[in-house]
Amino acid sequence: MKDKKSFWEHLKAWVDGEEVILNADKYIATRTPKESLNWHKFFSVQNVKENKRNYAVLSVGITALFIGIMLSVVDALPEFGSPYNPSNNEVMVRYLEKGIEETGAVNFVAGMILDYRAFDTFGEANVLFLAVMCVVLLLKKDKKNYSAKEEQENQEDDFFDTNEKRPILQIGAKMLAPMVILYGIYVVLNGHLSPGGGFSGGSIIGAGLILYASAYGQKKMQTFFTFKTFTKICAGGLLTYCACKSYSFFTGANHVGYEIPKGIPGNILSAGFILPLNICVGLIVACTMYGFYALFTKGDI
Amino acid sequence: MSTEIQIILLAFLVACALGVSLTKNLFIAVIIFMGYSSIMAVIWLFLESPDLAITEAAVGAGVDSVLFFLTLKKVHILKGTREG
Repeated sequence: MKDKKSFWEHLKAWVDGEEVILNADKYIATRTPKESLNWHKFFSVQNVKENKRNYAVLSVGITALFIGIMLSVVDALPEFGSPYNPSNNEVMVRYLEKGIEETGAVNFVAGMILDYRAFDTFGEANVLFLAVMCVVLLLKKDKKNYSAKEEQENQEDDFFDTNEKRPILQIGAKMLAPMVILYGIYVVLNGHLSPGGGFSGGSIIGAGLILYASAYGQKKMQTFFTFKTFTKICAGGLLTYCACKSYSFFTGANHVGYEIPKGIPGNILSAGFILPLNICVGLIVACTMYGFYALFTKGDI
Repeated sequence: MSTEIQIILLAFLVACALGVSLTKNLFIAVIIFMGYSSIMAVIWLFLESPDLAITEAAVGAGVDSVLFFLTLKKVHILKGTREG
C-alpha cells in the first residue's frame, strides 16, 4: 500500500465511504471579507514612527510638485532686464521724472511707499498690528489662565532680574541701548532724506528696547512701558496714519486746492505728510517688536 | 574687485542656506540663519538698496533670531534653561 495516495484516490475512497476527510473545514473555500485599504492607518499620527517612509515619500512628492509648479512659472516669466517687459512702463518714468517734485522726498523709496502707495503701507501696518494682537490673544497671561507654578516661575525671574549680577550684559546694554534707540529715531526722522524709514527705524528702536529688557528685566521696563502705553501707541499710531492719509478722500486724489506745503526738498521739515507717517509707522513697528519679545518671554508687557 | 566680493558673498549665502537646512541642532541652525541675514544685508548694499540693508540687518539678524530663540525656549528645546 502506498503511503501517499494521490488526490484522485483520496476522492475515490471518500465517495466509497472508506475515508473521512479530516479537518474538512480546511477544504471549504470561504470568501474572506475584502479588506478595504485603510489609508488612515498609513498616515495616522499615533504611529508616526512606523509610517516614516510614507511621510518621506509623500513629502518628497509634494515638494517636487511645488518645485515643478514654481519652475514652470519662472519659465513663463518675461526675460530679465528686457526693455519690453511690462514693468518698464510709463509709471516708472513718471516716478523718476516727477517724483521729487510731487512728493518732496529726496529718498524716493519713502516718497513711493508713503505718498503714491500710502494705502499699501497702511495695510502693512495693519497686518503688523493684527499679528501682535493675535500674539496677545494667545500668549497674554491674565487671572484666568495663570497657574500657581507659572506665577512662582515669574517671581523667580523677577528675583533674578533684580539680584543677579550680569555685569557684561548690563554694562553693555547700558552703553548700547541708548545709542541703538537714538540711531533708530534718527533713521525714522530722516526717512524722507536718507535710506531707512519707518519700518527699519522702528525695528532698530524695537531691538534697542529688547536689549534693554533682556539686560534689566521686564520689571524695570514696566516703569515706562506698560501694556496701556503699548495699546495706546499702537492704536494711536494707526489712527493718526488713517487720519493723515484719508484726507485724500475729501480733497480728491490730486489734492487740488488743499495742497500740503511740500517745503524745500532736503530740509527735515519737508515732503508733506511723509514725516508724520514715518513716525507713525516707526512707533507701531517698535511697539510690535518689543511686544513680541515681551509676550514670548513672560506673557505680559 | 566688487564682483569677486559679491561672488564670495553669494557662495557664503548658499553655504549658509544649506547649513541651516542640514543642521540637526536647532540652536546652531538659528545662529547660522543670523549669519545668512548679515550676509544678505551686505548683498543688499551691493545691489544699491540701503533701505533693505538696514531692515534686513535689524529684523533678520536682530529681532528675528531673538524671536526664534524665544520660540525654541517655549517648546523646550534649548538646553540649560529652566524649560529645557
